[in-house]
Order: sequence, then C-alpha cells, then structure tokens
Amino acid sequence: MTRELFTSWALREAMAQEMRRDDRVILMGEDIAEYGGAFKVTEGLLGEFGPQRVINTPISENGFVGVAVGAALTGLRPIVEIMFMDFVTLAMDQIVNHAAKFHYIYGDGVTVPMVLRLPAGGGRGYGATHSQTLDSWFISVPGLKVVAPWSPADAKGLLTAAIRDDNPVIFIEHKLLYSVKGPVPEGEHVVEIGQANRVREGDDLSIIAYSKMVDEALEAAEALSEVGVQCDVIDLRTLQPLDDKAIVESAARTGRVILIEEGVRQGGVMAEVACRIMEGAFDYLEAPPVRLGGGFAPIPCAESLERSLMPSAADVIAVAQQILA
Amino acid sequence: MSEQPSVLLGYLRAMWVIRHFEEALDDLFGRSLIRGTCHLCVGQEAAAVGACAALRADDQINSTHRGHGHFLAKGGDPRRVMAELFGRATGYAGGRGGSQHMAGWDIGFLGSNGITGGGIPVATGAALSAKLQNTGRVVVSFFGDGATAQGAFHEALNMGSLWTLPIVYFCENNLYAMSTPLRSHSAVSSIAERAAAYGMPGVEVDGNDLLAVRDAVATAAARARGGEGPTLIDCRTYRFLGHSKSDKREYRTEEEEAAARRRDPILRFRALLLEQGHASESELAAVEEDARNLISEAVEFAQASPLPEGDPSAKVYAP
Repeated sequence: MTRELFTSWALREAMAQEMRRDDRVILMGEDIAEYGGAFKVTEGLLGEFGPQRVINTPISENGFVGVAVGAALTGLRPIVEIMFMDFVTLAMDQIVNHAAKFHYIYGDGVTVPMVLRLPAGGGRGYGATHSQTLDSWFISVPGLKVVAPWSPADAKGLLTAAIRDDNPVIFIEHKLLYSVKGPVPEGEHVVEIGQANRVREGDDLSIIAYSKMVDEALEAAEALSEVGVQCDVIDLRTLQPLDDKAIVESAARTGRVILIEEGVRQGGVMAEVACRIMEGAFDYLEAPPVRLGGGFAPIPCAESLERSLMPSAADVIAVAQQILA
Repeated sequence: MSEQPSVLLGYLRAMWVIRHFEEALDDLFGRSLIRGTCHLCVGQEAAAVGACAALRADDQINSTHRGHGHFLAKGGDPRRVMAELFGRATGYAGGRGGSQHMAGWDIGFLGSNGITGGGIPVATGAALSAKLQNTGRVVVSFFGDGATAQGAFHEALNMGSLWTLPIVYFCENNLYAMSTPLRSHSAVSSIAERAAAYGMPGVEVDGNDLLAVRDAVATAAARARGGEGPTLIDCRTYRFLGHSKSDKREYRTEEEEAAARRRDPILRFRALLLEQGHASESELAAVEEDARNLISEAVEFAQASPLPEGDPSAKVYAP
C-alpha cells in the first residue's frame, strides 16, 4: 500500500519504524524532542519512544556527533540531526577524523553505524550560514557514505537503508523538499544505497541531478520534449558510492550530458560525475558534458540575488539548445 | 585497606612492562627500525596502571596520541601493540593504525586517538551506551592537559554531567602541551578547578603515586557506577622524554627533569614495596627482569611478523 506523504513525514516514518524494529536506534540533536526539530521532522517521536531514545542535546555539534560516534562504537545506532547542514562544519573533526576512520584503523570487528541527517540547501532566504549545500566535501572522505534523496519514497527507503548500514552515512535532506508530497509505501521500504534512479527516459540528452535539482531537471525535460528533445533524467540518489554504471550507460546512450547541482559548481559533486563520464563514455560523447551549479559566492539573502546564484530549469534548457544545435 | 603482595607486584610488573616497552621504542626509533612518529609515556606509568587497576575487566577506556601505556595497562598484548608499531599484519590494526590509532575491543580498549581531545566525546558516547543498555560498565577517558583547551573537552564534560553518565574524565596532566607549559595554555593552574563549571567533582591526585591514583579512580568509578555521574581527575605527572621523537626538550631545564626523575613512579613504588615488606629485593628484581624479557619477546615477535599485503582500500567500509 502506498499513500501520499510529505517528505518530512516519510523520513519520520522511516525513523519510527526502525526504532520499533531495533531498540538500539536512538535520535540525537538540537531541539528534536518536544520541539520536533527545526523542520519538525522528528515531531511526535518523543511521545512514542521517550527521552532515553529521543535525546535533546546542547548546542555542541562536535561534541554530540562525537558522543554519537562513541555510542555507535559500543552497540547503539544513533541518528543525529544537525539543525542546518551549515553547522556540520562544527562537527567535521568527529566526522572526518573519527567516524569515517574508526572501522579502518580500529580493526575488522569495529563499526560506526550512525546516520547524520543534514537539512541542506537554499531558496528560503536564510542567507549565507543557513543555506549551503556542502555535499562535495563528504564524497572525498573515505569511510563515509553520502545519500541525498529527491522523492518522498526514496527519502523513506534510503533513510531506512542508512539506519541499517554499518557505516557512517551522511544523509542530505533538502529543506524545500520537506513539504513536497508523493506516494510512499506504507510498510517496510528499503532503497539500496549506491543505486541511481532513471526518473524519465529519453535518448537525446542526459540530465543528471540529485535532490532538489531533480525538479529543475524534470521541468527542463518536459519543456524540451515539447520541442522534440527526449531527455534521460538520472537522479543519483547516492553520491558515495556513485552508481557509475547508470551514469555511464545513460551518457553513452545519449552522447550529450548536462549535470546540475545546487552546491558550488567549482569542485562540486558533478565535477566528479563529469570526470567519470569522460573516463567511461568518452568515445560515445557527441559534445563535452556541461556542469551547472551554484555560483562562486556565499548564498546571498535577497531573493533576486539568491535566485540568480542557483542553477535552474531555464539554465538547463539554454545549455541543451546550445549542445543540440 | 590491606594490600595483597601479589596484586602489588602485579602493579609493579605492569609499570615495568610499559617502561621497557617505551624505552625499547625509543631505541628502535633512534635506530630507524620503526618509521612514523610516536609519543612515549616514560614517567607516566603510574597514571595508566593506577587507573586501570581500579576498573573491572569489562569497563572501557579510550586514550590519546600517547596511548601505548593505557593499552598495555588495560591488558593489551605487548607483542601485538609492538607489531602495530612495526607496521606488521599481526598488529592490533593489521598495520593500518600505527602508534596513535589502535584499539583492543575484547579488552575494553576503545582506541588511541591522534586528535588532541578527540576521544573525550567518543568516550562520553560509550558511557551513554553503558547507561542506556544498563551494562553496569564505567568508561575512563584519558587525555592530557593540552586537551582541556579543546572545545571537545568542554562539550563532552557538559553532556557527561548533564546526562549523569558513568564516566571518569582522567587528565594526565604532565604540565606540558607539547612544548607549551600549563601556565601558558590554561587560564587556571588546576585542571580540577574546571570541574566546577560542569557540576562534577574535581580531584587532584599525585600521578606518581600509584595507589593514590588507583584509589582516586576507584572512588570516581564507584560514583559513576552508582548513577551519580562523572568525576574529573587532575592527575599530576611528568613525561621524562620529549613530546615525540623529534623533541629536544629545550623548553625545560635539566634541573626540572632531574627533580622529576627523583619522583620516578616506578622506583618510588618499588621502594614502598620493599620498605613495607611486601616483597624482597630478589622478587622485585625478578619482576623487572620478567617485564624486560616480555618486551624483548614482543620486539622479536613483531620483527618476525609478516608485512600486511593486499589492497589498502579493501577495508574502508564495513560489509
């Protein structure tokens, strides 16, 4: 059975179902208990699971991520909410030097089964320190898995998979997707980490996106189909490990690729994806892949400026017209 | 409390094991038989052995960059710790960790740590597990005086106390953060005073007096196990050698070092056992000889062990 759910409800359902299934799963974060989290994703969970398992923390990101690492090492399976992805900067030591490395350096039997939920992205006028998309930092840290769902169903299925994974998983949630509704399976729903999803099929042009940018990709694909261009739209879903097979297959089939991400284009996730396309499908390409991404500036607060910094469906259409010409 | 001679000789032996282990390393590094870096705890043996003597076998500890002594005091196999330093497949981390990054899960050693203060929140998390899972375990987090300047120290102690976790925060205060003396890196001269900010007891102890260290940790562990929360122990000690192998120790005087060596925790404890009639001179000599032989065997074991092979990327992720 599926029904329409907001993404935030789908995420909450994944957590609640896993907490019922496995009493080692606990939640930690700032204002996640009575308040339900800044974006209300954990609303109601305190009532069902109590303060021992839904733990409000002080404003100590490095400290409570470290506590979660220690708890994960010793038998619990923490899900940590960082109120805004921007604040993950404060916890980078525990993520990069500790969570990501302990399995490797402490030996085979040692695991760090934890999930870091990071509300990311702009578009709400929150400005420079509450709007960032820092995804690309994490894909170059061996030991981390990085997941960024777009659809409500994937939000539930990937979060379930992340909670069951024995590695630290960076789980990126776009703030603008929380209030998006879509069909979500009711019972247990697991989407395997590491698999991209083809959300629209076409043979003329590949548009590769993830998270909120899948909306822009689909909007552009719809507009392009009206002028006879059929787009293949790939939702990466997982950024580490990347689904090379799906990426290369699409690029080789269409020969033309546009990659779109919200984070800063320079050194971005799509720089890596584009390179893998060069390595895996170069002989099939009709044109160089084109990356669209956030401009090289802090996120400005004014709506007009913030909009112009972000890539959009219109940018995709403009680039498509150039490379198809 | 009446002390069992066999137990007291066990403490002495454990300290000698650490001393000979570290002195062997000093020699091996000096001859470039081991690569990388390493931080030796010669002079601080009573802290590690005294603290671990107060714990149950299933209690857990974690440690710092200067962690060989803690690992051995908790029951680590000197052969496998040495093999890790030699980068051999038989080491605790199969050669992937090295001096600052090894753990022994089966004996409750939750790992040394190359980031100053980085282990304090992690130990606090282990204590959260102990509390939520009702294991009855206590966790001891070892760190140096330098680590108390880290935000991680403040954040972790605040949460440990706030949530009444079964943990002992054990500061091995050797008076120097690398070359920087305590008076230049800490606004308070006593680390124990910091405990007041977290609503927990702060205790100063002579770190070169093994029994005093053991008793301070026993009191703190009993409090933690009884559900009364953490204690911060300011264990005053001294590192006889440099911060690491490249340190020429120009920031302190020979007089200061000589005075510290007169308070050598091992010789002091040895004299106490003799004076109180717990052991004879020949028994004491035999204990040291036994420890020396154990370390010689550990070096032989490590040198004879195979090098790790295969793809270094193979073990990045848990299956």
